[in-house]
Amino acid sequence: MSESAPVPVPKRRRFFPYRLRLEPRLKEPPAWYPVVLSVGAIVVALVIGGLVIAVAGGNPFASYAHIAQASFGSIGVLSDTLVKATPILMTSLACSIAFRMKLWNIGAEGQFIMGAFGASAVVLVPLFPPETSAWVVLPTMMLAGILAGALWGLIPGLLKAKLNVNEIISTLMMNYIAVSWINYWIFAVWTEGGFQMSPVFPKNAWLPRLLDYADAVPFFRGLTTHAGLLMGILVAILLWLVIYRSRWGYEIRLIGDNPRAAEYAGINITRNTVLVMILSGALAGLGGMSEVAGTVHRLQTSPIAAGYGFTGIIVAWLSKLNPLVAILVSVLFGALLLAGREIQPSGIPKMIQGIILVCLIGSDFLMRYRLHIERIAEEA
Amino acid sequence: MVEMRRICKSFPGVVANDHVDFDVRSGEIHALLGENGAGKSTLMNVLAGLYKPESGVIKIKGRVVNFNSPRDAIHAGIGMIHQHFMLVPSQTVTENILLGLEEPRFHLNLREYDRIVFELGERFGLKVDPRAKIWQLSVGEQQRVEILKMLYRGADILIMDEPTAVLAPQEIEDLFVTLRAMAAEGKSIIFISHKLQEVMAIADRVTVLRKGKVTAAGLDARSTTRQELARQMVGRDVVFRVEKKPKEPGKVVLSIRDLHADNDKGLPALRGVSLDVRAGEIVGLAGVAGNGQRELAQVITGLRKCRSGQITLNGEPMTNRSALFGILRGVAHIPEDRTHVGTAPNLSVTDNVIMKQYRHPPLDRHGFLNMPFANKFALQLKSEYDIMVPTVETPVRLLSGGNLQRVILAREISGHPSLLVAVQPTRGLDVGAIEGVHRLLLQQREANAAILLISEELEELLSLSDRVFVIYEGQIMGEVKIEPGEEPSSELIETIGQMMTGTPLEKVHLGKAEQHV
Repeated sequence: MSESAPVPVPKRRRFFPYRLRLEPRLKEPPAWYPVVLSVGAIVVALVIGGLVIAVAGGNPFASYAHIAQASFGSIGVLSDTLVKATPILMTSLACSIAFRMKLWNIGAEGQFIMGAFGASAVVLVPLFPPETSAWVVLPTMMLAGILAGALWGLIPGLLKAKLNVNEIISTLMMNYIAVSWINYWIFAVWTEGGFQMSPVFPKNAWLPRLLDYADAVPFFRGLTTHAGLLMGILVAILLWLVIYRSRWGYEIRLIGDNPRAAEYAGINITRNTVLVMILSGALAGLGGMSEVAGTVHRLQTSPIAAGYGFTGIIVAWLSKLNPLVAILVSVLFGALLLAGREIQPSGIPKMIQGIILVCLIGSDFLMRYRLHIERIAEEA
Repeated sequence: MVEMRRICKSFPGVVANDHVDFDVRSGEIHALLGENGAGKSTLMNVLAGLYKPESGVIKIKGRVVNFNSPRDAIHAGIGMIHQHFMLVPSQTVTENILLGLEEPRFHLNLREYDRIVFELGERFGLKVDPRAKIWQLSVGEQQRVEILKMLYRGADILIMDEPTAVLAPQEIEDLFVTLRAMAAEGKSIIFISHKLQEVMAIADRVTVLRKGKVTAAGLDARSTTRQELARQMVGRDVVFRVEKKPKEPGKVVLSIRDLHADNDKGLPALRGVSLDVRAGEIVGLAGVAGNGQRELAQVITGLRKCRSGQITLNGEPMTNRSALFGILRGVAHIPEDRTHVGTAPNLSVTDNVIMKQYRHPPLDRHGFLNMPFANKFALQLKSEYDIMVPTVETPVRLLSGGNLQRVILAREISGHPSLLVAVQPTRGLDVGAIEGVHRLLLQQREANAAILLISEELEELLSLSDRVFVIYEGQIMGEVKIEPGEEPSSELIETIGQMMTGTPLEKVHLGKAEQHV
């Protein structure tokens, strides 16, 4: 039994007589607010990153200037940035459609790899005689990439829909299978003279690049930006239309926001789970095709399985699952990837990426809550 | 043992406890009776230290107490057993009982504690294996663990929040044996329930709450009757009535025959329900919450599968068809749960009002949504149904309860339904909003829709319905006709009250006949 006599509250002297209080926002913040918030978060992240660079013995201002220089400084590096952004854009689109339905597809990486494999198989089997027109080869490669990626999305999609298998685990695990799968083909079947890569594709399996037109437009000389970027932008626009303007997109948004309401509205969740996973896998697969046919030009593990699928998750999240915003964010991340290597192969640049991500995601909190600073009344 | 004086506690929009007095003696089983939302759980949460009352005094064993947390209440000997158990499934019974205690400190002599738990169980007739893992136990056994947990902590005032809701009939019997054993040892038990039968079977005294106020304090259970308790619980005052014109109902729209279905826990929730709803009439379904109303609405609207029975809509069989099947045939549904079922909180008002009609032109344009039309449609509904919202792009999570309900009503009614299933359409709304909802329902009746109105508000049912069915434990107890334009007689209300607490209509009449003799 506790004593019921009231215990006197000791008078406390506050060192810091203010208190932070969080209140849920009851009104939608104004339109400029999210933009300002995101920019603010990036600034905070850069300041923290600058401190880290300073502690590591570098000059933060010089480093940031260098990063900007190395990614946007000239038309050449800008083109390289866009090359880096292309696969990220495709995987981020793949993730954003799945995440929109709250299907946590962590497997864009594997689907991307399988897409690259499918596209490569068209060339390496080979399906067409060597002198076939690129107009036949490239679309076939796209189709093969899309199908292979879609298959890699279909499997976890079916498992989720029919057996309620956690898609986070299954898609994650399928990434490793995909890597091992292409390793097998590179090591055993399509190896080039014992090296762990396939032979270089013939020119009819290369996506057109800007430098291919340098004869007509001298300005394009040396620019490796390829048609994959165009594909990515086109897909982003299409995906935006699907999500925000189509009946199916409406169903996906409804399921994503409240599955019980979707069920109540007569929407078949099981079927949509499978369909969205197929689409998500197909988009990542198309990304794999674009990377292998546009940049790498051969099947090789390290440049294909370079983590684009994982970066895509981050980009999808940062762009708030909006495909059009994803184009911008992808370019930003392309720049970070490129410039990062200029400073250090890994380490600090990756860390800055991580800091930006944490700050941006953290700032989302302020979309829902408002901060109050209030003076604490002296309690008697 | 317990004295609660003039307890007040309110939540935004509701006064849950309005100057409530409540006493419990030692060694008694005291039932706290009332409909859902009457304030029973609030009062007990105050006693258990979960809520702080705005005013009022609590005395335990003659001493004024002021609880700041459940821990304080447990120290004072008060243990509350919630409807949802708080147990760790992968741990054993003993481990769960010791969880969070100061003793044992480091060395767990589990064997010793197993013995103590076992002996404690023996003493009160709570048979449970101390070494069993929680997940291996039945719901009834888990409840015993919860009770043991409280006894082990030295509780001598046990609050049981609707303990029978999750139990099978045999388990209820076992529980009652235990409760009596505990009372015989001098423990006080507060038994929260809305089931009259159980209250009459187990309680020594009964306190009835209605709308946050005590309507009967500490009645002797032996000297009162079920009728009396039902009357206290349901009340008999019809506060307001709406204009309802006499109307000849049309053909049968919804027909339900011998429907059986299970609830989420796999226990039977509907046990042979049959009823018809005709075009142009409002059929009310009365009953205390949790007697199968929710499941019935779900089965009709395709959100739950039934085990057996038939449902036809305008003569077409629709037993166990999908929700879409009904939607395409004009079944509208105002769900009980506005936020979790009825709307998608982060989507806009526009997105929420097109939820049932986006499949058809003019909203659908070859697989794409006609957004200009959707916006126009939303704006039209906004003005027609008085939805107070700055723009139709506003996410609906920012809307108040009444506005949210208007969004749902606008959506469901704008589809010109042939059948409207309305579940608790006015719950949590203020008086003005309630009137609006009632007017809309009557308009639909005029428009020749068949309406099944499921509500716990008897007043609402009596003022709107043409006929009222009463459901109790998944069975229809009877049907009464409500004459339009007439005040329902107190006899009628009493009859419904008795049916709501488990007396079939024939028996009610029989009882009356006996009284007359």
